[in-house]
Amino acid sequence: MVLVYSDDKRLTLELLHKGSELAKELQKKLIAVAIGHDAHANEFVSHGADMVVVVETPQLFKAEEYENILEAIIKEHHVDVVLIGSNKNGKELAARLAAKLHTGCVIDCTKVYLQEKKLTTERIVYSGNAIAVEQFTARPQIVTVPSKVFDPLPKNEHHKGEIVKKSIEVAHSPSKILKVEEMKSEGVNVEDAEIIVSCGRGLKKKEDIRLVSELADVLKGRTVGCSRPIAADLKWLSEDHWIGLSGHKVKPKLYIACGISGQIQHIAGMRDSGVVVAINKDPEALIFKSADYGIVGDLYEVLPRLTTAIKEKMG
Amino acid sequence: MNIIVCAKQVVDVAEIKVDSSTMKPILAGVPKKISDMDKNALEEAIKIKEKHGGKITVLTVGAPDAKEQIKELLAMGADEGVLVPPPQHADYHVVSHLLAGAIKKIGSYDIVLCGEASIDMFSGQTGPRIAGILNIPQITYARLITVEKDKLVSERDLGDKSVTIESPFPVLLTVTKEINQPRLPSLMQILAASSKPIHEWPATGVTGEALEPKIQTMDIKGIPSQRKNIIYQDDLDQSVHKLVDELAKVGVLR
Repeated sequence: MVLVYSDDKRLTLELLHKGSELAKELQKKLIAVAIGHDAHANEFVSHGADMVVVVETPQLFKAEEYENILEAIIKEHHVDVVLIGSNKNGKELAARLAAKLHTGCVIDCTKVYLQEKKLTTERIVYSGNAIAVEQFTARPQIVTVPSKVFDPLPKNEHHKGEIVKKSIEVAHSPSKILKVEEMKSEGVNVEDAEIIVSCGRGLKKKEDIRLVSELADVLKGRTVGCSRPIAADLKWLSEDHWIGLSGHKVKPKLYIACGISGQIQHIAGMRDSGVVVAINKDPEALIFKSADYGIVGDLYEVLPRLTTAIKEKMG
Repeated sequence: MNIIVCAKQVVDVAEIKVDSSTMKPILAGVPKKISDMDKNALEEAIKIKEKHGGKITVLTVGAPDAKEQIKELLAMGADEGVLVPPPQHADYHVVSHLLAGAIKKIGSYDIVLCGEASIDMFSGQTGPRIAGILNIPQITYARLITVEKDKLVSERDLGDKSVTIESPFPVLLTVTKEINQPRLPSLMQILAASSKPIHEWPATGVTGEALEPKIQTMDIKGIPSQRKNIIYQDDLDQSVHKLVDELAKVGVLR
């Protein structure tokens, strides 16, 4: 059996795509797990699940408790491939689960495939400088996959699957969730953006983000991204703008990096972009190596000109 | 308050050069250091100790030359170091069993602190795996920790949400880079650190069984760069117009 789980519905649908490919090749069934409620169970079936195991619980996510649930399902159904959505909850869950099952786990896979019937994974290591190709020597094989690596399969209303409700005893963790708060966000979704204009340390003050957002506006992208210092250190933009290894991973058709030096951590977040443009006054800036087009110049001089020129071009 | 900080010796990823013909990273000769977020974990431990007293042990699974980096952590404020050299083939399974085994051998602990992930591999598996092996609660991606007498409260940073969790001891936390600014030791502290002990424990002494990796690395591949690298650096107005024409031609200005 192949099993997929994420606490994020969209990620679950994406995993179902890869999961159904693997299940077909391995001639196994595909199980989706829904913890909490059964609201999406039918949708999981129409996106490829042969079985949805619904575990209803009022308990909020705690890796140590949700791990118990997955462990029980994996053992009951003799699961040998586990795909988990690679958000922060998913990663800590996968790693704890692997420890409990004495098995291997590969985090943040960008490719998952069978090579001579062996599950093989690829992930980016050394801060974006290399790809590690790995295989398992134990079962089950647990991998986590970030969002946007796969697209969900189109809905197929004819696909049949069984929905099974299950109650599973968990060993209660002594920790207690006191509060869950939405983080201050500006409602930006860089991961879905088609065009992103991004800024970094080249900006001198918060107000100058205006130059970047004006360019984003004429490009009809309207999406402003940034590198780590702008979101995490200076807090000029909320973290939903942050693009990089610990921020969001994006793949717009056009990515314009303004005053971003191109630290590998940032590159790791935008390397899958279509066309990359870099603007930086330092001709030696690393970002130029990851760019299709670059302008060496002060962003304070380049951006207003570029905004005007694009406005004219687009009419 | 007994605190154990797990710290990994890593290659400094910012210093990695790429072989221009194979596109593979050249790892030989790259300077080593303690992974950034592990220093944040130690800084947090020192702050907790300053307030509540206790002892900080830093624990590293790494090559014998990691002693040099452990000395730096002792200078920052850890009391003791433990170094466990790993067997030749080690993955997260092996390393986390060695760390958990060493933690059991240290015996008494209230808090185990790790970085959210290491800067070289960036998986973030080690912390949750140790917590799983020790069967204690885990709080990952902590950006705030407030320690009280018999429990702590911490805020997890999930990007779109923050989750506040309370836990009794023992508990394992992994911390983000934003939680604090690790201190730089003074010359006096560096000198004083030389008298602090670093214990070297063989792998066989911390786990009963021989550990076999569960993951095999088949290859470390280079990442081919397929960017055009067309750079305009002449007259600014001309550069801007050439760029806009190019962007229109490749079809991204629609």
